[in-house]
Amino acid sequence: MLQVKNLSFSVGPARKRSTILNNLSLNIKPGEFVVITGPNGSGKSTLAKLIMGLEKATDGQIVFNKQNVTDKDITERAKLGIAFAFQQPPHFKGLTVKDLLQISATGHETFLEDTETDYKKLIETVGLDESYLEREINNTLSGGELKRIEIASALARGAELTIFDEPEAGIDIWSFEKLVQIFKKFREKAPKRSLIIISHQQRLIRQADRIIVLRDGQIALEGHPDKVLPKLQEENA
Amino acid sequence: MKTLDQIEKELMQTVAGVHEPPAGAYNFRVNGKSIGRQSSKYIDVQPQENGLIITIAPNTPDEVVHIPVIISRSGHKEVVINDFYIGDNADVTIVAGCGIYNCGARDSVHDGVHTFHIGKNAKVRYIEKHYGAGPGAGKILNPVSKFYLEKGAYAEAELEQIRGVDSTNRITEAELKDGAKILIREKMLTQGKQYAKSHIETILNGKDSVADIVSRSVATDESRQEFTLHVEGNNLCRGHSECDAILQDHGTVLATPSLDAKHVDAQLIHEAAIGKIAGDQLNKLMTLGLTGQQAESQIINGFLK
Repeated sequence: MLQVKNLSFSVGPARKRSTILNNLSLNIKPGEFVVITGPNGSGKSTLAKLIMGLEKATDGQIVFNKQNVTDKDITERAKLGIAFAFQQPPHFKGLTVKDLLQISATGHETFLEDTETDYKKLIETVGLDESYLEREINNTLSGGELKRIEIASALARGAELTIFDEPEAGIDIWSFEKLVQIFKKFREKAPKRSLIIISHQQRLIRQADRIIVLRDGQIALEGHPDKVLPKLQEENA
Repeated sequence: MKTLDQIEKELMQTVAGVHEPPAGAYNFRVNGKSIGRQSSKYIDVQPQENGLIITIAPNTPDEVVHIPVIISRSGHKEVVINDFYIGDNADVTIVAGCGIYNCGARDSVHDGVHTFHIGKNAKVRYIEKHYGAGPGAGKILNPVSKFYLEKGAYAEAELEQIRGVDSTNRITEAELKDGAKILIREKMLTQGKQYAKSHIETILNGKDSVADIVSRSVATDESRQEFTLHVEGNNLCRGHSECDAILQDHGTVLATPSLDAKHVDAQLIHEAAIGKIAGDQLNKLMTLGLTGQQAESQIINGFLK
C-alpha cells in the first residue's frame, strides 16, 4: 500500500545542513498497524509529515497504492486515501466540532454516514458527549478535548491509511486508556485500513503488528513487538 | 403595497430574510418612503419625522417585527430615526437591516439611528444586516444603535456587515441597570478599498449587570477597518469584549480596546487577536480533502457565521 523509497529530508542553509531523515525506506501493507517510535529528534514526526505532504522531501520517493505521490500536495494525498491526526491540532473560531466532522466525512467513501447518530457515536468514541458537537473549536476547549476532537476528525475520514502523530501527547490518563481502546476498535471495524502511529507509549506500541524504531533519521530496529520491545527495554535499562 | 422589483426583492431577502410582507408587524422602507406598514396585536408601528416609533406592549410573547430599508436609486441619501419602546417582560425579535444597490455615479447613503428603551425583564433580539451591491458609486451605511436596559432586561444584538459596503461608521452604545445583560455580536467583511469604523461602548451602571461583546471581522484586498471597544464598570458587574480579525491580501485592522473599571467589584476583560489565517489551520483542512482555497473560504465563512 505505502512504499517509502530512499527518503531524505534536510533543513538549513547549505553550509550548515542538518539531516533529519537519511535515505530511509519502508513498506506498509494493507491492514497493517505500525508504530514508529524512537528518541526525540529521530525524525518520527518528520516522516509522518512527509507521508501526508506537510513537508517536502529533499530526496526519495513516496508511493501510495502504486501511485507516485511525492510531488502531490496535501489535498491530493488526502483524496487518494491518506489521513492525518496532528500532534498539536489548531483552534478554529467559528467552526463547530460537527462542522469539522462533516468536512472530514463528506465527499468520499467512509464508514461514517452524514447523520446525527454517526457523529454522536464518533464523538462518544473519543470520550466526549453529544453536546460537544455544537461546541466551537476555540480556546475554551482544553488541550485534551482538542486532541480527542482531532482524533475523531481523522477517524471520520475512514481513510485507507491514517497517521496519528503522538496521539497520546497532551491527554490525561483516562483519555489515554480510552485511546488504546479506540485503536483496537478501529482495527476490528476496519481491518483492511492501515494505521501508522507515532508514539512513545508502550501500551500503544504493544498493539502494533510491527514496530519501527528510528534513530538519527534511519531505521535502527524493526519487527514484531515481541522481538523489538525486549531489545528496546534492554537499551533503556 | 408597491411591488418590489427583482433587485429590491433580493436586497430585502438578504438583509431581512423576507421579500413579501410578513404575518406580524412590519414596515418596509424603499428609497426613503414606507411602501407598506402594519401593526400587530402587541406591536404598534407609527411614523414619525424621518422614521418610526415602535411600541412593544408589556408581556408581549415572542413576537417579531421587520423594519428593513432598501435603497435602489443611485444618489439617494437619508437619515432614518427609529425609536423603540419595549414594555416590561416583553419578548421580541426586531429584524432591521439595510441593503443598497447602486448602479449610478452618485453615492447612496443611509444613516440610521435606532434607540431602544428596554423595559424591566424584557428580552430583545435585534438583528441588523448591511449589504451593498451594484457596479455604481458608494454604498455608504452609518448605523447608530443605542440600548438602554432597565433592571433585569436582556438584549442580544447581531450586527452584520455582509459585504459590498464601501464605507461605514458604526456606533453602538449600551447602558445597563441592575441585573441587565447585553450580548453584542458584530461581524464585518470588507473588500477592495472599503473602509469600516466601529465604536462599541457599554456602560455597566447596574449591580450584577453583564456585557459580552464579540467583534469578528475579515479585512481583504486593500480594505481598512478600525475598532474601538470600550467597557465601563460602575458597579459590581462583568464585562467581556473580544475583537478578532483575519487579514488577507493587504487588508489592515486597528483595534483599540479600553476598559474603565470605576468600581472595586467591576470585572472587565478584553481579548484581541489580529492576523492572517494560520498555516496549521489550512493544513488541517487540507488533510481533510479541501483545497487551499476551499479551506480559506471554510475558515472565513465559519469565522463570520
